[in-house]
Amino acid sequence: MESKINRYSRQLILINSLFIILWLVVSVFPFIWTFWGSFKVKADFFSRADWMFAVTGVNTLIETGDTSTVKAYVESWTEGEFWKATLNTIIITVSVVTISLFLGTLGAYALSRSTYKYTFWILIAALIFRAMPHITLVSGYLFPFFQLNVWGILPTTIIVLVAINQPFTLWLLYSFFKTVPKELDESALIDGCSYFQAFRYVIMPVMWPGVITAGLFSMMLAYNDFTVTSLLLNQQNYTMVPKINAYLGTIEHSGNYMWAVSSVVSATAPLFMIIMFFQRQLISGLTAGAVKG
Amino acid sequence: MPHKTFFWFFFPSGLAMLLFIGLPIISSFFQSLHIEPEQILMEVEKCDPFGCKTETKVDIEATTKLQEEQPLGRFNGLGTYGDRNHLAFEEIKEAWGNSSSMSEFIDILLNLPFYKALLFTLTFCFAVTPPVVVLGFIVALSINTLTKSLKGPTIFGVILPMIVTPLIGSLVLFWMIDAKGILGATIQYLFDDPNLSLKSSSQLTWITLIIYGIWHNTPFAFVVFYAALQTVPQDPIEAAIIDGASRYERVRHIVIPHLYPVATFIILICLMDNFRVLEPIIGFAAEGVAQSLSWMIYNDLRSENKMLFGSAGATSMLTIIGVAFLLTPVLIRTWKEFRTER
Repeated sequence: MESKINRYSRQLILINSLFIILWLVVSVFPFIWTFWGSFKVKADFFSRADWMFAVTGVNTLIETGDTSTVKAYVESWTEGEFWKATLNTIIITVSVVTISLFLGTLGAYALSRSTYKYTFWILIAALIFRAMPHITLVSGYLFPFFQLNVWGILPTTIIVLVAINQPFTLWLLYSFFKTVPKELDESALIDGCSYFQAFRYVIMPVMWPGVITAGLFSMMLAYNDFTVTSLLLNQQNYTMVPKINAYLGTIEHSGNYMWAVSSVVSATAPLFMIIMFFQRQLISGLTAGAVKG
Repeated sequence: MPHKTFFWFFFPSGLAMLLFIGLPIISSFFQSLHIEPEQILMEVEKCDPFGCKTETKVDIEATTKLQEEQPLGRFNGLGTYGDRNHLAFEEIKEAWGNSSSMSEFIDILLNLPFYKALLFTLTFCFAVTPPVVVLGFIVALSINTLTKSLKGPTIFGVILPMIVTPLIGSLVLFWMIDAKGILGATIQYLFDDPNLSLKSSSQLTWITLIIYGIWHNTPFAFVVFYAALQTVPQDPIEAAIIDGASRYERVRHIVIPHLYPVATFIILICLMDNFRVLEPIIGFAAEGVAQSLSWMIYNDLRSENKMLFGSAGATSMLTIIGVAFLLTPVLIRTWKEFRTER
């Protein structure tokens, strides 16, 4: 009976479907457009005459002999050294995720199991740290890093990103560990385990759902970062995002501008794949955590 | 958990945060009290057959020596905070005295770099947040009515703008909005003005940036609202159906009140995140007409040979004060939640 009353009217379904389709177009179309355009030459993607050239590839046909070309990809990966930026991104992302999760699980487990009041103040401090704009932190790093001669290299950036990422990881894993019943590790303690053993043998096997979510957010932070990587790395060590920005600086050279377009696609595609696989974890993390990464 | 065990579990994470978040803030503050050393000038007498002239030149040797002795520059107290590029006390005083009307004074005030940036940052924050909340709510309501098999792919499509980094997201839109891109060309066609470009005036650039902000932030609001919709209690809704409430009335009187706390959470996070807007300005190449506080810091630190640590530090401190204002309600909220939990 309930379903009969609660049935949607035909009009409502129509309006609703139209709205969702419209919204999907707004969200997805720019990416499809860029993907399609990255196989054209600049004269087509930024066509003065007619934007339809970007679809049909008139100038691409004239310039390369085919309606689509991978020239921009080949050039940016070889001549533009995008392979190097990709390698740097992989190194940074993998290291940041691993170290963040290692530190974060230990810290968050302790925070969720301690009953003292200072845990509250630590969490509040983490919340304040999380709200700090990254650029203000970077302005604090640069001078000491120059003095210590550690500016420009990958390890420094990795540590900085791990630290910037800690507050969010801590909050996320803290709220996750709160949902793991206390009795589980308490019984292990009664059986004579130390806290570390209880963590290792009882908590670790059940913590993976939370860890995957936290790892996903650490990955997105490291992979997507622009502020820290563009100011703390030297040109040779640039990751993908600052590299794309560097291509834009050379607008005069029309070939280079298409490097940026093709690199945007190269950088976005792997991210979308990963999110497609882990969408459920991502959404659970966004809603479970009290803060956003 | 005993204190000692807690300490060892938490130590690595705490140390990382202390060293790389706590210390930089202090270091930023320390930098803001110093100012770059001035170049030491010397007078050189240059003689040629027509007479002697004295010229002032930069004494490179002495300047480098001074820079090595005092890498941070000389102590300047709170001077940097009051200079023209920051709070600009003197300029304001002057403008207050000289300007004949209030609007003239405001005009002068908003042309000072710091106030200009503050105006943009706040406009961006407060223009982006309300549409984000409303749109996020509507999208969540619509997607919630879909059949299960359609939900997954739809959600994936809708959250894409949030996943990409702001720089890439803004570039992707920028290339379409460009006068030679698909959207730019369409707009020109619609308004029948071949010179119309979203980059042509500062108002249009601001609007473009705000539209980008809405596009980027709505998925977050959607996800949170969507999750909250799953927790709306079914009993009152069924009771309302029996009492003959229309769909609109049910949403208005049952769903929306249930989502109020979630909405405040979204608003606060949105304001806080948009306060640090930086990448869209770079992506849209809008530095000329739209500067944010974060962009001011970025600009001070960008040049490789002459970084203005003092100026960047001072702007950072002022930004942090701004963040603190926005953060207070969040902290109060967390405090209340924590108390009820215990």
